[in-house]
Amino acid sequence: MSDQSDDILLEIKNLRIEATAYAPGEKPKDIVIVDDVSLKLERGKVMGLIGESGAGKSTIGLSALSYGRGGIRLAGGEILLNGREIRKASPGVLRSLRGKEVTYVAQSAAAAFNPAKKLMEQVTEATLKHGSMSKAEAEKRAVELFRTLSLPDPEHFGDRYPHQVSGGQLQRAMTALALCPKPDLVIFDEPTTALDVTTQIDVLAAIKTAIAETGVAALYITHDLAVVAQVSDEIMVLRHGKMVEHGTVQQIIEAPREEYTQALISVRSIEHEEKKPTPEPLLRVEGVSARYGSMAKDVLSNVSVELHPGQTLALVGESGSGKSTMARVITGLLPPREGSIVFDGNTLPPSLKQRSREELRQLQMIYQMADVAMNPRQTVATIIGRPLEFYFGLRGRKRDERVQDLLDAIELGQGFADRYPAELSGGQKQRVCIARALAANPKLIICDEVTSALDPLVADGILKLLLDLQKREGVAYLFITHDIATVRAIADSIAVMYQGRVQRYGTKSEVLTPPFDDYTDLLLSSVPEMQIGWLEKVLDHRKMTSAGN
Amino acid sequence: MHPVLTLVIQRLALGLLLLLAASVLIFVGTQILPGDVAQAILGQGATEQALQNLRAELGLDQPAFTRYFEWLFNAVQGDLGTALSNGRDIASSISGRLQNTLFLASVAACISVPLAIFLGLLAVRYRDRWPDKLISAITLTSISLPEFLLGYVIMYFFSVKWGLFPSVSNINSGMTFFEKLNAVALPAMVLTLVVLAHMMRMTRAAILNVMQSAYIETAELKGLRRFTIIARHAMPNAIAPIVNVVMINLAYLVVGVVVIEVVFVYPGMGQYLVDHVAKRDVPVVQACGLIFATIYIGLNLLADIISILSNPRLRHPK
Repeated sequence: MSDQSDDILLEIKNLRIEATAYAPGEKPKDIVIVDDVSLKLERGKVMGLIGESGAGKSTIGLSALSYGRGGIRLAGGEILLNGREIRKASPGVLRSLRGKEVTYVAQSAAAAFNPAKKLMEQVTEATLKHGSMSKAEAEKRAVELFRTLSLPDPEHFGDRYPHQVSGGQLQRAMTALALCPKPDLVIFDEPTTALDVTTQIDVLAAIKTAIAETGVAALYITHDLAVVAQVSDEIMVLRHGKMVEHGTVQQIIEAPREEYTQALISVRSIEHEEKKPTPEPLLRVEGVSARYGSMAKDVLSNVSVELHPGQTLALVGESGSGKSTMARVITGLLPPREGSIVFDGNTLPPSLKQRSREELRQLQMIYQMADVAMNPRQTVATIIGRPLEFYFGLRGRKRDERVQDLLDAIELGQGFADRYPAELSGGQKQRVCIARALAANPKLIICDEVTSALDPLVADGILKLLLDLQKREGVAYLFITHDIATVRAIADSIAVMYQGRVQRYGTKSEVLTPPFDDYTDLLLSSVPEMQIGWLEKVLDHRKMTSAGN
Repeated sequence: MHPVLTLVIQRLALGLLLLLAASVLIFVGTQILPGDVAQAILGQGATEQALQNLRAELGLDQPAFTRYFEWLFNAVQGDLGTALSNGRDIASSISGRLQNTLFLASVAACISVPLAIFLGLLAVRYRDRWPDKLISAITLTSISLPEFLLGYVIMYFFSVKWGLFPSVSNINSGMTFFEKLNAVALPAMVLTLVVLAHMMRMTRAAILNVMQSAYIETAELKGLRRFTIIARHAMPNAIAPIVNVVMINLAYLVVGVVVIEVVFVYPGMGQYLVDHVAKRDVPVVQACGLIFATIYIGLNLLADIISILSNPRLRHPK
């Protein structure tokens, strides 16, 4: 073997991955998930795999462990790890390399840790199984890794159970789990996607430090190009299981060759001019405090915001900041402890049960998970037609015509009326939910993280649609999100929420213009930007400001 | 106070309340049974005066309310009254029987519980392959056969044909432990076959449910063996449903073995109860009912407590 091939840790040649689809009422058929993908990864290098959901990123990542999730088959091609073919290797051989030569960091550490076992036991388990270290050595290494990953109290961190630490800490613990056996390669599968932006930046920095210190090679899988630009040496762009483009980080983000890559980079470039506040707001939330059941603490305390007709108010904040609770209070699902909701000049009854049908009609909701917000056994026409019957008493042909109008409005043409939710894509499902909300002809729609579960390009389409509908129908949106980029794209005014309080509130330009308060500054500066070295810059900036204090 | 302790105390209090309710049911149930005890004891030819006298002697002329509290108060102190049919102290005649029943149940439990769980794990390990199907087929066949038939079939082979174990499970206090074990071998075997399927199927289902979790994939990607994953990673998270089914079956081993006791002429609680129901001996029936209820509620309470303790979130709060 030549010197050059010694440096190659992982080589995938013409990989083909298949699965069997069991569509209802049809014969099972084979579908191709990944087709003709080849890549080479040198020792100590980090390659980013990027693409939308369904692009085959995770599937390719797991193929480096010769593992197929569910019924997935590694059907063809070669996977060479440390010079040996592993696609067709026996289960015994695979057990000897999984957890030793290659390890895996899952997207949701909260689900990937066994709730019944202490962290230390789980972090050192693979190392001990492969017998490369004694128990004491492995635990010593784990503690070192906890320290590298800046986990609190590294000496005793491992004594805890998964539920006793936060999501961000758990994600770092997962990285420690993967690095403990001193592997040659780590697969990071969307390790920061489930985290808040302010947490994501810490975990990202910890992962980057750990990779640099251990010299391990990595495949870093994500749908967020800005994130992958911070940790990778090179990037491969995937779509529908095929490679679109492959190059260095610099080349991909500065001079993308393919149209699809260009689209990925220019995503979230929607321009939206903010509208001026009107004299009479549509919705006034006045000094609202709320709590769940017998909890001792308020989830919302003394919140006051206004939303003007035909405009968009964005509620931004991390998980647990009270955004969704606000939606529950406004819709009447959770009557407030104090304060009132004034809608269109009238004070709304606090509880859903006391509200009239007309009051219900004017206030509709769209949810994050479109697929669980629809009855899987009803057709699109039934789903959209229900509010038409309920609020307006439309039946028969009139109802069908209106359903078709609404389908046209959400840019789904003929033929969608008779489909079931399962036959729609994620973006199409969300569009149907929008049509259902529109069917009531409301003055206000509450959008709760409506684009969070969608791929960037699809999310863009939804945002454009929402803006377009606002222009035509004059509907106002209360837009709940954790994503600053989305806020920039569609908001007229913004309320930044933190621990149940409104931290900063005003028109978009007011809120997004410095000087910022500490929290808003932290939130805004944590949003990954698509430039090399952004992560270091932000961290340096933070060190300087904290040293200055 | 530790939150788990609070939960456990709550459960214990609930258990006591339930037991109290059960005692009311048992008492009321035996009161509304048709027939007159005094008549039953003295026979058809008794004079009205004699019946009156006997009723007064037995305290049957008191209001039911008074009799209930008297009975409950005595029972709590260990005094279960005297049997009407033979005038013996119930507590002392039951204690030997109860010991026998508990002995048989324990032997059956010691075999069936570990076996059921092991077979359940094995069925998951070889899911949908022949070992899984074989285990399911055998256990389901054994649960589908009536107990007495199973008892006679086993007796025919193990006792009559091969002469390995006695067909009549007569035990007494003079026997050594191994002699007793030998005596109860056949009924224990039948009971094992009867309760095995339920526990095994539940173990299999509970673990298969857990096997869908992401942390099982994590374990798999650590290079662990399949059986290690099932036993070490899946099992601890499936304890609660398994324990519940195990306890229900243990309770069955104590309170539901009348048929087996009759088949093997075993001197246990079941036979004792049946004998005295036939004689309309109300105090004995009440006493047996109360003991069975205590065991049943106690075991289910234990299952609840183990489920609570098996949950790390409750055991180790944030």
